[in-house]
Amino acid sequence: MSTQRRHGQRTHATVATALAASLLAAGLAGCGSGGEDSADANGTLVFGISADPAQMVPWTATSTQSIQVLSQIYSPLINTDADGVPEAGLADLPEISEDGKTYTFTIQDGVTFGDGSDLDSADVKYTYEKIIDPASSASSASYFASVAGIEAPDPQTVVVTLKQPDASFVSGLTGVNTAIVPSDVDPKSLESKPVGSGPYQFKSRTPNESITLTRNADYFAGEPGAATVEFRIIPDEQSMVSSLKTGSVDVAIFDNPVTAKTATSAETTSMTVDSLSYHVLQLRATSPTLSDPNARLAIQCAVSRQDVIDSAALGSGKPSGPITSPEYRSDPEAQPCPEQDLDKAKDYLAKAGKPNGFTLKLMTSQGLYSTAVDEAQNLQAQLGKVGIKVDVEALDSNAYVERWLAADFDAAIAMNGGSSDPNTMYSRYFTKAGSFNKVAGYSSPELDKLFAEGIATTDTAARKPIYAEISQQLVDQAAWVWLFTPEMYVVSNKRVEGLEERADASIATLWKASVS
Amino acid sequence: MTLIGVSILTFVLLRVVPGDQITAAYGTAAGDLSPEQLQALEAYYGLNEPLLSQYLGWLGGVLTGNLGVSATSHLSVLSMTAQSLPNTIELAVLAIGIGLVLGVPGGMLAASRPGRARDQISQLTSLVALSVPSFLLAAAVSSWLVNTIGWYPNGEGYRTLGEDPLLNLQQMLLPALVLGISIAPPILQTTRAAILAVRSEDFIRTARAKGVPARRLQVRHILRNALIPVVTMSGLQFGFLLGGALVVEQIFAIPGIGRQVLLGLEQKEYAVVQSTVLVIAVMFVLVNLLTDVIYRLVDPRVRVQ
Repeated sequence: MSTQRRHGQRTHATVATALAASLLAAGLAGCGSGGEDSADANGTLVFGISADPAQMVPWTATSTQSIQVLSQIYSPLINTDADGVPEAGLADLPEISEDGKTYTFTIQDGVTFGDGSDLDSADVKYTYEKIIDPASSASSASYFASVAGIEAPDPQTVVVTLKQPDASFVSGLTGVNTAIVPSDVDPKSLESKPVGSGPYQFKSRTPNESITLTRNADYFAGEPGAATVEFRIIPDEQSMVSSLKTGSVDVAIFDNPVTAKTATSAETTSMTVDSLSYHVLQLRATSPTLSDPNARLAIQCAVSRQDVIDSAALGSGKPSGPITSPEYRSDPEAQPCPEQDLDKAKDYLAKAGKPNGFTLKLMTSQGLYSTAVDEAQNLQAQLGKVGIKVDVEALDSNAYVERWLAADFDAAIAMNGGSSDPNTMYSRYFTKAGSFNKVAGYSSPELDKLFAEGIATTDTAARKPIYAEISQQLVDQAAWVWLFTPEMYVVSNKRVEGLEERADASIATLWKASVS
Repeated sequence: MTLIGVSILTFVLLRVVPGDQITAAYGTAAGDLSPEQLQALEAYYGLNEPLLSQYLGWLGGVLTGNLGVSATSHLSVLSMTAQSLPNTIELAVLAIGIGLVLGVPGGMLAASRPGRARDQISQLTSLVALSVPSFLLAAAVSSWLVNTIGWYPNGEGYRTLGEDPLLNLQQMLLPALVLGISIAPPILQTTRAAILAVRSEDFIRTARAKGVPARRLQVRHILRNALIPVVTMSGLQFGFLLGGALVVEQIFAIPGIGRQVLLGLEQKEYAVVQSTVLVIAVMFVLVNLLTDVIYRLVDPRVRVQ
């Protein structure tokens, strides 16, 4: 026993010495960092993410982290510019036949996968057919709903035939979810070792800690700036801020303006970017409480969108109408009550036969995104002013998703992703046959007709008035009450150069950035 | 028996909570999946099997050393645990060490003059330490260090003790300190109460009457006898730390076993949660066993019995 105690003492002393020494070493290391400016071709860029990517095969990727990581490893056939509008990628923008049903893509010369094999039309055909196959459970399968067949007549050419014209088809090919995988690699092995034609190649992964990628020197669009990109998992926001400030993490993205502000210092810069996603009060017109359009319009008129932004989103966001696609953006002022109008709200309530208001059950989620509960509470206070009593139900994210999918709610706070294509954004919700029409709770023959017209028209200029009309009908009927588009903050170290400002804080062009 | 109970409880709780692996992975996009796609996914995750066969299948695997595979990272739970458990044990050992270093002398100090200033000060300090939530303390301490001396080793990417002892100990310092501070108060209180109880016993009065020097009396007679409840308390706290260091692991990015459970819960990875909770329960039982062994070392009377 006495030997044990001595042993214990010695260990304590050793630990104490080690701690003191390491503190000293840290201090010295802190003094050593000098101020070089030129880009370091061998540099490592550390990108902070809050969770381990949940999926590693492009067509199943749904989590933000998966999309961020995989967008470095894989390339989609078509890229998007900084606003999210399609532009040439692995292939040029397609030639579209007169009848709008045949799309011909020409793949760039000399594109290779990370394993050295050529990327040709057979890989594109393979990937798209894999996505269409129900056994793959691809979240992107719906983008190919109108596809009749895919042909690869020669290695550089892909011809896609559609059952009917689909103007949103190209925008569906721009994301990680439709990125091209090699046809000669088993998809099962891609789960642990991804192989793509993106700017970086997969090197190693330690679960819950990090994913390391190395430069793909043969990347078709140019030479990636940093030799290595490490995605480092730091779950806690405050911890991420500390890591940015001490320079151990180079880039991180925040949606909380207060956190972004604390992360900004002499050593870091913060970039505010717009998002295509939107926050919305979803109303289900099919529920008895909300079946009268006047009841829904009363809600719309009683809500000040700016108030929601200022209090719940801490000032981070812009009031928004339905469509956020850059080329088709809805005029946020074009709705029955552009500003809060309590008198008008009361008029609508009277028209609905409920002059003293009614009770609205509102579902929101804890954990899906940071402001959801605050938004519900803010709306509760605002609607209370006209006598609409809101019962807020705050659910855990899984329970919320389950109830949402089952359309088991009257009203819900939601943040939905946007798209550069307005049809992709809303035909699933507001057409009778849409996959989420039951959830959205509203459709009309006029809207069905407009959506059909919009998707059959490939010319952007001709499409614009159609979607403006769709947007107007949605707000005039108060199908939902659209609140705002959020802002995101990309915070980076001063040693990072060439980071591009992109909609939705997409990091598809992270390869252009370098570290010094 | 306890372990079977724990495993059944975990199994049932996981399935009672709304949502499954599909809604966890796809979120609202699960609504875009066709019925064929859903079927394929249910088969993939084994959700189409009856509950009893799901449980027995998992239990059978565990009994043959197969803890299951994570559908997210495609690693076996066994290898994930082999990586994460040592990190948590190291953290728990350091935290208990800090807790004892703060708590035992604190308790001795408080007990030396009960009811007087030093007792009240140490009791008040321990009350404050107990009341401050660990996540708050963690955030406050780390952001203070960052803004004053620009030191935050936990952003560097975790290194194990074997890979880089120097960095590892730096990374462990803050989380161990935060946890140590939160477990010091119960240790302090236990030490104080035990010392006061032992001191009023007859054999102490006898020893004092026989002229045993004060220092020897304090250490050999009082403290040694007072240590037994302290060992019990430390054992309990240690067991708690193995599963409950989760918050601190999350804040300081320590890839420990608590985060493994949390990750499993978020992704609804049933096998990961069930097996990891079982591992934690086994560790808890082992720690209790170890506590009993330490009793025998500290208290000769237990040995005699």
